[in-house]
Amino acid sequence: MTRGTIQNRDAFLQNIAKRLGRSPRLSGVSQPQWDYAPQWTVFAGYSQDDLLSALREQCKLIHTDYIETTSSELAGALKQQVAAYGGGPVIVPDDPRFAEYGLSALLHDEWPAEQTAVHVWNSSLGRQNIDAAEQANVGIAFSEITLAESGTVVLFSRNEQGRTIHFLPKTYIAIVPKSSVVPRMTQAAAYIHEQIEKGAVVPSCINFITGPSNSADIEMNLVVGVHGPMKAAYIVVTDR
Amino acid sequence: MPMKIENGPFWKRVEENLQNDFMRGAVAGMQDRGYVRRLGVIEELGHWEEWRSLAEQIRKHTLENLDYYLMQLSENVAKRGGHVFFAQTAEEANDYIRRIALEKQAKKIVKSKSMVTEEINLNPVLEAIGCDVVETDLGEYILQIDDHDPPSHIVGPALHKNKEQIRDVFHRKLGYNKSSDPVELARHARETLRRDYLTADIGITGCNFAIAESGSITLVTNEGNADLVTSLPKTQITVMGMERIVPTFKEMEVLVSMLTRSAVGQKLTSYITVLTGPREQGDADGPEEFHLVIVDNGRSSILGTEFQPVLQCIRCAACVNVCPVYRHIGGHSYGSIYSGPIGAVLSPLLGGYDDYKELPYASSLCAACTEVCPVKIPLHELLIKHRQIIVEREGKAPVAEKLAMKAFRLGTASPSLYRFGTKLAPSAFAPFAEDGRITKGPGPLKAWTESRVFPAPNNERFRDWFRNRQKGGNPS
Repeated sequence: MTRGTIQNRDAFLQNIAKRLGRSPRLSGVSQPQWDYAPQWTVFAGYSQDDLLSALREQCKLIHTDYIETTSSELAGALKQQVAAYGGGPVIVPDDPRFAEYGLSALLHDEWPAEQTAVHVWNSSLGRQNIDAAEQANVGIAFSEITLAESGTVVLFSRNEQGRTIHFLPKTYIAIVPKSSVVPRMTQAAAYIHEQIEKGAVVPSCINFITGPSNSADIEMNLVVGVHGPMKAAYIVVTDR
Repeated sequence: MPMKIENGPFWKRVEENLQNDFMRGAVAGMQDRGYVRRLGVIEELGHWEEWRSLAEQIRKHTLENLDYYLMQLSENVAKRGGHVFFAQTAEEANDYIRRIALEKQAKKIVKSKSMVTEEINLNPVLEAIGCDVVETDLGEYILQIDDHDPPSHIVGPALHKNKEQIRDVFHRKLGYNKSSDPVELARHARETLRRDYLTADIGITGCNFAIAESGSITLVTNEGNADLVTSLPKTQITVMGMERIVPTFKEMEVLVSMLTRSAVGQKLTSYITVLTGPREQGDADGPEEFHLVIVDNGRSSILGTEFQPVLQCIRCAACVNVCPVYRHIGGHSYGSIYSGPIGAVLSPLLGGYDDYKELPYASSLCAACTEVCPVKIPLHELLIKHRQIIVEREGKAPVAEKLAMKAFRLGTASPSLYRFGTKLAPSAFAPFAEDGRITKGPGPLKAWTESRVFPAPNNERFRDWFRNRQKGGNPS
C-alpha cells in the first residue's frame, strides 16, 4: 500500500495546541479509565437462547422477516425466502460457508436449473460484479457478528465479498449463525478494537446493517425501501 | 448553501414563519412523536444518566487532546493509502476539493448528507467548474431540486415541506406524474438517483465520527445513500469538522448509540458504515482514491474558551426537537443551517455576532435542550454567555432583547405570565393534561410537576401573543 499524502498538518495542529493554551501533544496520550460503563450492562448474563429471543422481537420493529432453521433445513428455507421475494437473479459473495452450510447444490445446480441466475462475486471480473449486483433481485451474505439489541448484522468487506452485495439488490437476506449473536454493538466494537491492537488490518468497509433501507423525510412518513434493499430477512441457523 | 440562509431581520423572519401553518404543524407533530419515541428507547436502554456522563467524558477527553487524536487519525489514513488535507478555512477546503474535481475531470458528483459541506458552501464551487452535484439524502434531494430551498432541521432538512409541494416539485423538475403518496415519491427518487450513483465520478460524504486508532470514518444513515456514494464512484472525498473524532471503535460505538437514540429514537439506524482508506488491492468496488478533508473554519477559536463544550456536539438535534421556541418559529427563522438551541449557540461562534446576535435571545432558557443533550452541553448556559457578550459588546442590549427578554423570560417567570410563555402549546401538553391541569409534564416540567400541579396552557396562539408583544401590549 502506497502511503497517502498529508498536507498542512503542522500549522493546523499547532494552532489547536495554542488555542488550548499548551504545547502540542502529538504522542503519549492514553485514555483515562471512563467513570461509567453502562454499555456492558445491556443483556448481561443472557444465554444464547435469550439473545435469540431478543433478536426475534427486535426484527418485528425493524421491518425484517425473521426465520429460524437448522443447517440441514437451511437450503430449503433459503430457497423459500428467495421465492417469497420474487426469485432471482441472486448475488452472493465467494464465501466457503455456502459449501459448509450445505448450500452448494442450491447455488450451483438447483437454482440455475430453474433459470434462477446466480452470480458469485469474483473480483477478477471487476465492474461486472457491480452490474450483477445492480441487476440482482436478492443479495445474500453471512453475518459475521449479529447484534441482538438492535437486530443488526455485521459484514466485513474483502476481495471475495464486495460492499454493493448489501446495497444494490432489491432485497437482502442475511444468514445468521446462532453463535454469531451477541448482546449489542459494544461486543462487536470491542472485538474489532482487539483485532486492531493485535495489528490486524481493518477491512476497508465494515457494515452494521439493521433491516431494510428506509426514510422518513417526507412528512415524517416512514417509507421502507429507499436507496438500498426494500425488504430484508434474517435466516437464523440454530445449530451453528 | 452557505451557513447563512436567510436575509432580512430576525423578527421579520419569525413573523413570516409564524404564518406557515403546515410547517408549524409538522414541527409540532415531529416534536411530539419524537419526544415519545426518544423517551421510549432511552428508558428501555436504562442507566441513561450514566450513558450521558460517559459520552460527555469521551467528548471532553477527545477535545482536550484534539491535536493528538488528529495526528493519529491522519497517520492512520495515510498508512492505508488515503490522503489527508487540513483546511484552516472554508476556502482552503473548497479549493482542495475543486482541484481534485478538475484533476479527475469530474462531470457528476454524488453527495450524502453533510452539514459541514453546507457550512463551507461547497456545492456552488463545484457547480462553477461545470460539475453536476447531486444530493442523495431524500430530504436534501427534495430541497436541492426545489431551487435550493434551505434546510430547516439538522436531521430532517425538508421537514417544512408537505407532500403535495414535493409532488409538485417532482412534477416540475423531474417530469413526475404520479401521486403525492410518500412511497411513490420515494420510489421515483430511488430510480432517478440510482442512475446518478452508477455514473458519478466522485462521491462526497460528511463524517459522523472519525476513529483515530484506525484512520476510519463512520457514516450513519437510514436510507443507505452514503453506502452507494462510497461504493460506486472511483474517488471518495470525506469532509469532516475537526472535532468529529473519537479515540477508538469502543468510543465510536457509545456515541453512535447516543446519536441514533437521541436523533431518531432508534437503537441503531439501518446503516452504520465504517470505512478505512480506499478499496483494498483486489477489491472490485469501493473508491480507488480516498481523500479526507479536515475543516477548522472557526472551530479552533472556540477551543480554550467558555464555549468549548459546544464542540462536544454530535449533531443529533435532540435539543431542536424539544425546543419550545423552535416549535413555533421553525428552522428557517434562525437564518442559519444550524437551527434550534445548538444553532443559536453555534451560529454566532462560526458566523459572527453581526449576523446572528438575535439567536441567543430565541430561547426561553427553559433548559429543556440541556436536559436532553446526550453529551451534556450546557446549551442554555452558553446562550446566557452569548447574551452577556452581546450586551458588553454593544454597550446595551440589542433591540431584539427588548422583545425577547421580556417575552421569553418574563413569560415563564410567574404563574400568571406562564400562560403566555413559550411553552404555550396546548397540543403538546394535551396528552399530559387532566381537566386542564398538567400533572405529568414532559421534559423540563417533569421535575416540577412531580411536586406541583400546573395550569395547562390555554388555547391562545403563540402568533397572537407574539403580535401583541410587538405592539408593546402587556400579557394579560
